[in-house]
Amino acid sequence: MTDVKSTLVKFQSIIALLVLCIVLTILSDKFFTMENGWNIARQISINVCISVGMTLVILTKGIDLSVGSMLAFSGAIVAGLLKFGLEFPSINTFVGFTVFGAILAGLIVGGGLGVFNGWMITKFKVPPFVATLAMLTIARGATMLWTGGFPITGLGDNFAFIGTGWFLGIPMPVWITTVVVAFAVILTKKTKFGRHIYAIGGNESAARLSGININKVKIWVYAIAGILAAVGGIILTSRLDSAQPNAGMSYELDSIAAVVIGGTSLSGGRGSIMGTVQGALIIGVLNSGLVLLNVSPFWQQIIKGFVILIAVIMDRLNHPAED
Amino acid sequence: MENQLNIIFQAKKITKRFGGITALDTVNLDVHAGKVNVIVGENGAGKSTLMKILSGVYPDYEGDLFLNGEKVNFNNPKEASLKGIAIIHQELNLVPYLSITENIFLGREIHNSFGILDTKQMQAKTKELLSRLDCHLNPKTLISQLRVGEQQLIEIAKALIEDAKVVIMDEPTSAISDSEVESLFRIIDSLKKQNVSILYISHKLDELFLIADRFIGLRDGKTVGTIENVEGATKDDLIRLMVGRDIKNKYQKDAVKLGDDVLTVENIGLPNVGSKLKYIIKDINFTLKKGEVLGIFGLMGAGRTELLETIFGLHPKVMAGRVVIDNEEVKIKSVADAIKNGLGLVPEDRKEDGLVLQMEISKNTSMASINGVVKNGFLNHKLEAELSKKYIEALKIKTPSEKQLAKNLSGGNQQKVVLAKWLATKPKVLFLDEPTRGIDVNAKNEIYHLINNLAKEGLGIVVVSSELPEIMTISDRILVLSNSKISGEFNQENASEESIMQAATL
Repeated sequence: MTDVKSTLVKFQSIIALLVLCIVLTILSDKFFTMENGWNIARQISINVCISVGMTLVILTKGIDLSVGSMLAFSGAIVAGLLKFGLEFPSINTFVGFTVFGAILAGLIVGGGLGVFNGWMITKFKVPPFVATLAMLTIARGATMLWTGGFPITGLGDNFAFIGTGWFLGIPMPVWITTVVVAFAVILTKKTKFGRHIYAIGGNESAARLSGININKVKIWVYAIAGILAAVGGIILTSRLDSAQPNAGMSYELDSIAAVVIGGTSLSGGRGSIMGTVQGALIIGVLNSGLVLLNVSPFWQQIIKGFVILIAVIMDRLNHPAED
Repeated sequence: MENQLNIIFQAKKITKRFGGITALDTVNLDVHAGKVNVIVGENGAGKSTLMKILSGVYPDYEGDLFLNGEKVNFNNPKEASLKGIAIIHQELNLVPYLSITENIFLGREIHNSFGILDTKQMQAKTKELLSRLDCHLNPKTLISQLRVGEQQLIEIAKALIEDAKVVIMDEPTSAISDSEVESLFRIIDSLKKQNVSILYISHKLDELFLIADRFIGLRDGKTVGTIENVEGATKDDLIRLMVGRDIKNKYQKDAVKLGDDVLTVENIGLPNVGSKLKYIIKDINFTLKKGEVLGIFGLMGAGRTELLETIFGLHPKVMAGRVVIDNEEVKIKSVADAIKNGLGLVPEDRKEDGLVLQMEISKNTSMASINGVVKNGFLNHKLEAELSKKYIEALKIKTPSEKQLAKNLSGGNQQKVVLAKWLATKPKVLFLDEPTRGIDVNAKNEIYHLINNLAKEGLGIVVVSSELPEIMTISDRILVLSNSKISGEFNQENASEESIMQAATL
């Protein structure tokens, strides 16, 4: 009996997802189609990328509110470099960028912003909430500055392939996301670094006394969150063939929602990447289903809010010992 | 009959158990009216538990309390304070960014029928209270701007506002300067004159003679006697009251042949940034041999834990002194350095600092030696399971499997997991900070045997303990810390409970 119960608890998000799919299949004949499936997968791929980074951050008992802004800034950097290159009038130099070069620059910028977050949090003991809240407005402002407040569009077919292309019958964003998820699963489950993440979130003091370099691990975690936000920004920019200055607004909220629905504890040390993927799927399927059923967008938001609450209440009931 | 009138507050046959551990065993205590009643006893004698019962913090216990001959029962500290029993805790409980007045009236604010606070009246009352204590601070001052001694005064004022008849003070002088101690004693004197009874706990035996009217000895959860005539009493009498016990511990240490020097520390010091004491520990020197168990004893606040932490690289920026391991000077600037150089530290609080409670035994075991279970760059779960199984067997950790979460183990078994974690790093020297705190007698004996066996294998071991009998049974040699320095050194021949306690209270 307890075995049945613990199995149910273990797979509760998968079960919730299945129930949701079955209900939606019954309610709408457009839901259970190949086309809609790829649609959902493409739509959630960006959220999954960001949420993987968010999961790592939250596992260390942190939070990253700046992912949406870092996404926008990195996307804008890539678009700007691709379209205009870099000009240095003072030394009369112009540097053009290939697609690969621009993407690399975008990832480095995302990682750099993440390192800055981590540096503030570890070196200056700024609480993660505040440090990344500051980065949320800094990176957004930087995006506005870089784009002049206007979208950068017309980025070429090669670049568009990343967000809209197909490879072996599967959309490119889904490939990218799969690689990101696989990388993160191995990182968390099979490496020293991953173990250190869990140890820090579980008991930072015990981790420190075991010789773990807390600051190094945390800076890396925020750097990865920044890089993955940049990955999301590149996919989004490519799909729209445009870098929007206000891209990624409030993405941090969807991302935190996915992590929380996926069963990762905000008090750190407990949770998993696959849980987050399931959380993102639940949000994605729910969004798609509600649209197909013509539910008003206003109601959609209310429903999403309640789903988050239910997920957390279930989690609390299953883990009563933590406060 | 006359005698009874003098007793304002009385505890009869109080017994208190925590799980299987009896903290207090049929304790009787009389608080004489208008006197300073002092409770003496070593660490763990049950003083704090008793105070918590008297002040309503622990509402469930066996036995009865009588206030003015009338049976009373406190469900919480508030009920106790309404009846006139106030407690001033060792750690002060004030809100730093509220004013003196706001703190004193916290939870009992005076307000009008609209719920608007009557600040004027509260200020005036505060002023009146403070002047009773001979204190002329502005009631609007924020607590954060006060010195510790002044804050303590505010705590006392807080106690008086409920018209306290009995004020319990738990180690009130542990954190304040000498001049503040003097003024505290003046206040205690004037409270006495206002017919307030004091129940006072302290380790600092010398200063007790300045204020005590009578002494009550508490030992191993029992009241062992009183000294009513303080005039003729000496410090030795007090020490006898605290420690004179029958040896009933069955554990006997096996003799271990000592090897070469493994650890030498020279002039280890740790400054206390921004406090009245300039050093937490100062000029500590000792040498540890392979196979030796060195005990470090000291009363609360003597700097025992800090000494281990400093050597272990937890205060690299401020520490002073040299550390020599295997005849080579080493620089330990981080825990990683300490591990590399063969040091291990089993911390005092295993739940806060020793274990990740929601992790499996296996993961906790490998935490400080994780490179040993990495193969081709990835964690190898088989190696990890083998490592922890090895220690589960060697240390006799009682668990269904190595996958059990640390939080599901008993205290003794949790402590063994922390030990396993450090043994897995293959240390040369192991620091054990209060290794048997909060675990039952049988588990204690098991830990003692483990320590003995590790010493036989050639490990150098430093044990910090605040339990005298423990330190005397497990150590080859004992260093006593007092006032940030080594105040005594004893070997198995010349160590006695009295002599060690003498050194600890120097």
